[in-house]
Amino acid sequence: MKFSEEFETRFAEMLTHYPTKRSALVPTLLYAQDETGALTDEVIAELAGRLDLTELEVRNVISYYSMLTTKPRGKYNVQVCTNIACMLRGGEELLDHCKKKLGIGHKGTTQDGLFSLEEVECIGACSWAPAIQVNYDFHENLTVPKMDQVLDECKKNL
Amino acid sequence: MASLVSHPDEVRVISKRFGQSATDIERYLQLDGYKAVQKAIAMQPDAIINEVKNSGLRGRGGAGFSAGMKWSFVPKQSAKPKYVLCNGDESEPGTCKDRLIFEHDPHAIIEGVMIASLAVGAHTGYIYIRGEYRYLSVIMQKAIKDAYAKGFLGKNIFGSGYDLDIHWHGGAGAYEVGEESALMESLEGKRGIPRIRPPFPAVVGLWGGPTVINNAETLAAVPPIILGGGDWYAKLGTPKNGGTRLFCLAGHLNKPGVYELPMGYNLKKMIYEVGGGIPGGRELKAVVPGGSSTPVLLPEEIDVAMDFDSVAKVGSMLGSGGVTVLDDTTCIVKFALRTMKFYRHESCGWCIPCREGTDWLEKTLTRFHAGAGVKKDIDNIYYLAENMLGKTFCPLGDAAAMPTMAFVKKFRREFEDHLDGKPCPFEKAGAAEPVLA
Repeated sequence: MKFSEEFETRFAEMLTHYPTKRSALVPTLLYAQDETGALTDEVIAELAGRLDLTELEVRNVISYYSMLTTKPRGKYNVQVCTNIACMLRGGEELLDHCKKKLGIGHKGTTQDGLFSLEEVECIGACSWAPAIQVNYDFHENLTVPKMDQVLDECKKNL
Repeated sequence: MASLVSHPDEVRVISKRFGQSATDIERYLQLDGYKAVQKAIAMQPDAIINEVKNSGLRGRGGAGFSAGMKWSFVPKQSAKPKYVLCNGDESEPGTCKDRLIFEHDPHAIIEGVMIASLAVGAHTGYIYIRGEYRYLSVIMQKAIKDAYAKGFLGKNIFGSGYDLDIHWHGGAGAYEVGEESALMESLEGKRGIPRIRPPFPAVVGLWGGPTVINNAETLAAVPPIILGGGDWYAKLGTPKNGGTRLFCLAGHLNKPGVYELPMGYNLKKMIYEVGGGIPGGRELKAVVPGGSSTPVLLPEEIDVAMDFDSVAKVGSMLGSGGVTVLDDTTCIVKFALRTMKFYRHESCGWCIPCREGTDWLEKTLTRFHAGAGVKKDIDNIYYLAENMLGKTFCPLGDAAAMPTMAFVKKFRREFEDHLDGKPCPFEKAGAAEPVLA
């Protein structure tokens, strides 16, 4: 199992931050997932070994956190917030638009693997609603045409 | 990233460095940075705690507990190491304020953690940031690195002989982890399920050691309190509600945004003057004053001072400072349903009243909103919510129950308008048109 040098440096440093190895688990899982696309059996076995945990203990943690996934998502994970503040300003319309435009539903992935779509809970952009995240990037004060632009930009960046 | 706003009534204490490039440590130093911690080093720990007690600073995460009081609960002597933990797992719907502090003034949070550590005798602090805020984690990791490079953190800080380490920690998506005991579980590498209290974290916290847990905004208020004095800070607000607060104005407003206003600022003025009023000449229908878990207020209830005690008097809570405004095109049943859908999704499942209650309430409200409700469902919704109150290890059960009970109580007629196969009156009228900025 090979991770980037950056991952290894961060991981080694993080272990020095806590009295127990296990404490590094949650952020490490997310950084690992960023590199591998999903927390596969191989990744789980690797990290369990490194942190002196059983694979079951690691899976137990993965299933709790909404950002962690054992199945690969699209290159661009479009996360549309429909929670109260976004709902009041058109978040649901944005989600419907994405569903139609991408031809996929909640937690679906396009056949070419480019996009996946997720209806998410509050992402902390309430004063700039409606808002989405594409992977980690925030896009705020959106309208349907602006949403189209965001998706088109993703395609261009291929 | 997130755009900044301003209003003449703002009193900038926490937001004074916003937009000033203070993520750069040199710039932060020019703007009074790391002065408060040096002052605190020269003070006795009890004097720091007293200053914070005098300031009337109350927890900005939502509970509104006195920060100085919380610190004073930490035992002086402890066989196990003590810790300070900054809660930056901001996820209460309607709330987006900590994000701005992390983005514009990360060193203020570091400095707040440092002062809290000096006050309680901790030598390790953690700054926990929710996983979705990756760009803020990048900013915070750099800020911590820069503080170490300057010798402000690590061994013998500012030549005081005091050793202090501060580390970043990241989440991976979970509202529940914003609850203090679940936050500790998450930091220990586990599922974020709550711990039973007592013992409280100040006595038995991270890895069994005494732990102070404060919201990011609370900690960012500490350096100005130390520099300006507790009395000065207290006077900015109302009695027992010291200082200022970052209010997140959201929903149907002309000028939504995060504004720093004195504690006790009038809610009506906040909506109509600071927030620019309601778009399109529509009427105000309701306000959720402090994040999605706080009971809704009616238009006739909003002439209220926005401090913890005044909002409690009108039957709601100041909560996390997230003010969500609903105009007359909003269907309350739908709003209640969306709120419950959130709590059902976020319930960790540890306590049965919360796990089952949120699930049943979501199902009932879904059916109800679709027009398949019957009259007894209305009382049933209220009854289900009422029976979750106070019956869970953490406040998530209450957070789901309180707003639901208020929606039923204050908007019963609107629930009745959805009965017996009637379509949602708001969708029928085409009034659910999005209000796009």
